[in-house]
Amino acid sequence: MNINFWLNGVCINCEAEPDMILLDLLREKGCYSVKRGCETSNCGLCTVLMDGTPVLSCSILAVRAEGHKITTLEGMQKEAEEFGSFLADEGADQCGFCNPGFLMNVFAMLQELKDPSEEDILEYLAGNLCRCTGFAGQTRSILKFLQYKKEQKEADNA
Amino acid sequence: MLKIRNYIKVKSIAEAYELNQKKTACILGGMVWLKMGNRNISTAIDLSGLGLDTIQETEEEFIIGCMTSLRTLETNQALHEFSHGAVKESLRHIVGVQFRNCATVGGSIYGRYGFSDVLTMLLALDTWAEFYEGGKIPLSEFVNMKKNRDVLVNIRIRKTPVFCSYRSQRNSETDFPVLACAASLLGEETRTVIGARPGRAMIVGDPLGILKNFREMTNKQRAAAIASYAEYAADHVPTGSNMRASAEYRTMLVKVLVRRTWEAVGGMKNEY
Amino acid sequence: MKYVNQPVRKSDSMALVTGKPVYTDDISPKDCLIVKILRSPYANAWIEEIRTGTAQQTSGIACVYTYKDVPQKRFTLAGQTYPEFSPYDRLILDRHLRFVGDAVAIVAGETEAAVDKALKRIKVKYRVEEPVLDIHTAKDNAVLVHPEENWEAKVSFVGADNKRNLCASGKEEKGDVDEVLSRCKYTVDRVYHTKANQQAMMETFRSYCYIDHFGRLNVVSATQIPFHVRRILGTALDIPSSKVRVIKPRIGGGFGAKQTAVSDVYPAFVTWMTKKPSKLIYSRYESQICSSPRHEMEIRVRAGADENGIIRALDVYSLSNTGAYGEHGPTTVGLSGHKSIALYRHTEAYRFSYDVVYTNVQAAGAYRGYGATQGIYAVESAVNELAAEMGMDPVTVREKNMPVEGGPIPGYGDCGDIAPSCAMDRCMERAKEMMDWDAKYPCRDMGNGKVRGVGVAMAMQGSSIGGVDVGGADLKLNEDGSYTLGLGCSDMGTGCDTILAQMAADCLNTPMENIVVFGVDTDISPYDSGSYASATTYTTGNAVIQACDSLIEKIRTLGAQMLNVAPEETEFDGEAVTAGEKKVSLKEIAIKGTCGNSQELQVTRTFSSPLSPPPFMVGMAEVEIDRETGSTRVVDYVAVVDCGTPVNPNLARVQTEGGIAQGIGMALYEDVQYSPKGAVRNNSFMQYKIPSRMDIGSIRVDFRSSYEKSGPFGAKSIGELVIDTPCPAIMNAIYNASGVRIRELPATPEKIAMGILENEMKVQN
Repeated sequence: MNINFWLNGVCINCEAEPDMILLDLLREKGCYSVKRGCETSNCGLCTVLMDGTPVLSCSILAVRAEGHKITTLEGMQKEAEEFGSFLADEGADQCGFCNPGFLMNVFAMLQELKDPSEEDILEYLAGNLCRCTGFAGQTRSILKFLQYKKEQKEADNA
Repeated sequence: MLKIRNYIKVKSIAEAYELNQKKTACILGGMVWLKMGNRNISTAIDLSGLGLDTIQETEEEFIIGCMTSLRTLETNQALHEFSHGAVKESLRHIVGVQFRNCATVGGSIYGRYGFSDVLTMLLALDTWAEFYEGGKIPLSEFVNMKKNRDVLVNIRIRKTPVFCSYRSQRNSETDFPVLACAASLLGEETRTVIGARPGRAMIVGDPLGILKNFREMTNKQRAAAIASYAEYAADHVPTGSNMRASAEYRTMLVKVLVRRTWEAVGGMKNEY
Repeated sequence: MKYVNQPVRKSDSMALVTGKPVYTDDISPKDCLIVKILRSPYANAWIEEIRTGTAQQTSGIACVYTYKDVPQKRFTLAGQTYPEFSPYDRLILDRHLRFVGDAVAIVAGETEAAVDKALKRIKVKYRVEEPVLDIHTAKDNAVLVHPEENWEAKVSFVGADNKRNLCASGKEEKGDVDEVLSRCKYTVDRVYHTKANQQAMMETFRSYCYIDHFGRLNVVSATQIPFHVRRILGTALDIPSSKVRVIKPRIGGGFGAKQTAVSDVYPAFVTWMTKKPSKLIYSRYESQICSSPRHEMEIRVRAGADENGIIRALDVYSLSNTGAYGEHGPTTVGLSGHKSIALYRHTEAYRFSYDVVYTNVQAAGAYRGYGATQGIYAVESAVNELAAEMGMDPVTVREKNMPVEGGPIPGYGDCGDIAPSCAMDRCMERAKEMMDWDAKYPCRDMGNGKVRGVGVAMAMQGSSIGGVDVGGADLKLNEDGSYTLGLGCSDMGTGCDTILAQMAADCLNTPMENIVVFGVDTDISPYDSGSYASATTYTTGNAVIQACDSLIEKIRTLGAQMLNVAPEETEFDGEAVTAGEKKVSLKEIAIKGTCGNSQELQVTRTFSSPLSPPPFMVGMAEVEIDRETGSTRVVDYVAVVDCGTPVNPNLARVQTEGGIAQGIGMALYEDVQYSPKGAVRNNSFMQYKIPSRMDIGSIRVDFRSSYEKSGPFGAKSIGELVIDTPCPAIMNAIYNASGVRIRELPATPEKIAMGILENEMKVQN
């Protein structure tokens, strides 16, 4: 089937079989940041944004991307470097395999939740598994990033 | 692997109904379950172009389109307030936000899965399933109906005044429930639902009228009634064993969760 | 020192956090044949007949292989130094299928769809036999998992005997345990049962292969053991290892899983036979049902103490389940005794005996902790039970008996049974303070039917396999004055590429940015046993230091030549070689190295230590239990670690936090379960739940460092140690909170609630 969608701001026109999974199409289109960690929608590694909403690209038919805006980490490199630096400064990037899906959901959370508590953060990101860090370093990096953003904003206002 | 020969994004429910009459056709929900199977689907029917992914609120009811995501249901403020937080509590343990952005209310209800938190929760409210052909059916009836080839269009939650509470026991926070329990004071009716027995959710019933006049009871009377009803529920709810827990433990949980949810509904204690 | 002991960022961080294509599947050629495996539906069966004709004729299929097509020499997939302790009990494909999921046939084709179709078209007639599924009856069972005559134990003293279903068996003892126990005022005799767990690294097993211009087999693999994979593939394919080259890109976690060449043989065989590139990406399903999980062990501990709480005797018997194949079977069981008995320095007598049995379930393998996790859970739990018998605080018992620097570590083996460096006492003191142990022990009622309890455990591990593991470092000065550090160890996300560069930067007195790290390519990298056995920091770290020293010598020699002085007269400060007033810069020396020069500015150093200095730690858990439902949450975990000098405190901290979280999963719910017919029930992340971030309470980590003289910059290891305390500490906390002893993992809410109920009934009766 022929489909049209926006991938990281670029309009894509391509062919996709009816049962093709979005995750596979995205990798085919060079978005290698999108990873598969399970087949049961449990790991969160394949998280991408669909019209700004975080979704599991392993659970979406490629044809359902028709007319939607899909964003992967390839389309958010600047944000990735900015937040990623905080993650790296905790040593919490570790093997890195879960990082892209984790970052995408962090970005979605920052859009959706204003001033999230630590508990809110843990609940919002619960669908992003990580086996290396025990999560503590990831949480530290988010809290420090939020603080940095807050200070940045205050400085801008002043 | 899931195989799909044709994919059709339908223009109307009527079209979906028509296509769905073939046994090998299948209406797509959020795909989080469907894609795990090894099914061969001749025609995959997509309802996502019909605007059925929102919650409308009227004077009398919440109308939840079948394609509404579990996350939309969870974050709907009016429903949150209406259910005293129970709806959100029933959803927030389900895997993760991304998962709940994909999974649909229609898919969850139509599947009538044994582990379903959503089904357990909605059975405790004045919920109706609206079908294209079959019209509106109380969810409590639908839950035990045979599978047919009708199209689920909306879930309607009537605004019958309700006090309700939802609790689940899980081995880990985002796992399937070992047992789920919803209790509600629905108008004058007292309703208790047990899910993940691990069989399909069921309304427990109160033929002895143990909780009758719950609203009018003093706290002391309520405590006695709740204790006695918890015993009743444990005696009458069939439970089974699976890799997560034994029937014996589940029965023990029936008693505990029934008591706790009713204590919460009665405004007596809600701190577990 | 500028970099060592500093929390510097990992050198590869920015590529990882921005999602760059650096992993095996990201860089695999697009025209790879897709390889998949047909798997046995039976736990014990023989292929009577296998028909592949229609599968082979499927459009897009390149090849279908069965047991008839593969070399008939047995091998092991265990990543160990030759000759491996693990028995040679495998073929690439075998007529005899030994577990549900064992490989029946290999199919390779152009697309996944074609391969799936072909898999369905293979027709197999099985002769199904009774499987051996119970570890208690496996030894000397009439049914043999490996009846074949060409089964071979390369190392005879491990006590393996395939005609008895034994992968290993043995006994080590000092003194007369029974006699000493009979004299002890307090004794316990208990059995503890740990289950198989999956490492569950986020990147599943995978590799791709191609033939190069010399006709050699190139294998790009997500592996911890590139050099062992090279040898294993040579043996398995029955070709000279010189025909095999293994490359390790970035890998998405290992935790020991990738210390077994779980999946490499299949695409390697396909590519070798067809000469076409191929790849095999294991699904999560395959990673759950046919991989290399932790050995299930049942451990009986007899412990005895005198009237003063001094532990006088320990008797440990481990019954370990290696599953259908023997990877890491004989070695993991060793650690269950060596790293647990050694925690108690006053024993007059100890005994450690073991049997490792074959059964018809998926083969076990290496998982962080490597048997120590199981043994420490058992012995630490027994000591906690002994403390209860004595009416003594479990911390006090440990304070009386813990290892001390220069003191005995009985039966440890690799260090002359003496702890060369040890700060366990300071770890305990700090942990006590962080947990506020004296105030919280044993428990507090929180109201609402909730109760909190605290628990404690000690642990030790090793730093490399003494006298076996080899670390390699290859260091060269480049034309521009930068260095290239070639490594053969395997960074799997842990950050060894970074910490080894930190060490090199300090030795060479140069910025880290001036060092390029390269690894791993078996054609180019210096030999290294690989990243396992908590070896890399210690072993390869020492090799790096030696390489730096040697290269500095060479830089000084060439500098001296340029300055016309004797090398002994020179000094090197990282930027220049000086001799009194005379000075030549590193850059000038580097350039000289490329012009009219006959002295290599490159060195390779290899290091192996006869010692394996143990790191130590104390773990304390605080749990909150809902007495009615049994729900248990680790609300706080305190870990105080003596890993010697933490080379990178951030990475050491995250290692610790990650290990504790994995340990919490093992303690509370991770459990590879089998159906009565031997099929894995937890075959996905939906059914095998690893901890999510909502499941982990606070984990607080601190360091109390001894200085290990034989280690690089005083460092020991950290990677494995950190998974050893959660099981015993949490079980101890559960007991202190609820009175329930959990002797079979995991401690599910059901076991705890039922235990509480049972105790209440006992009181009533």
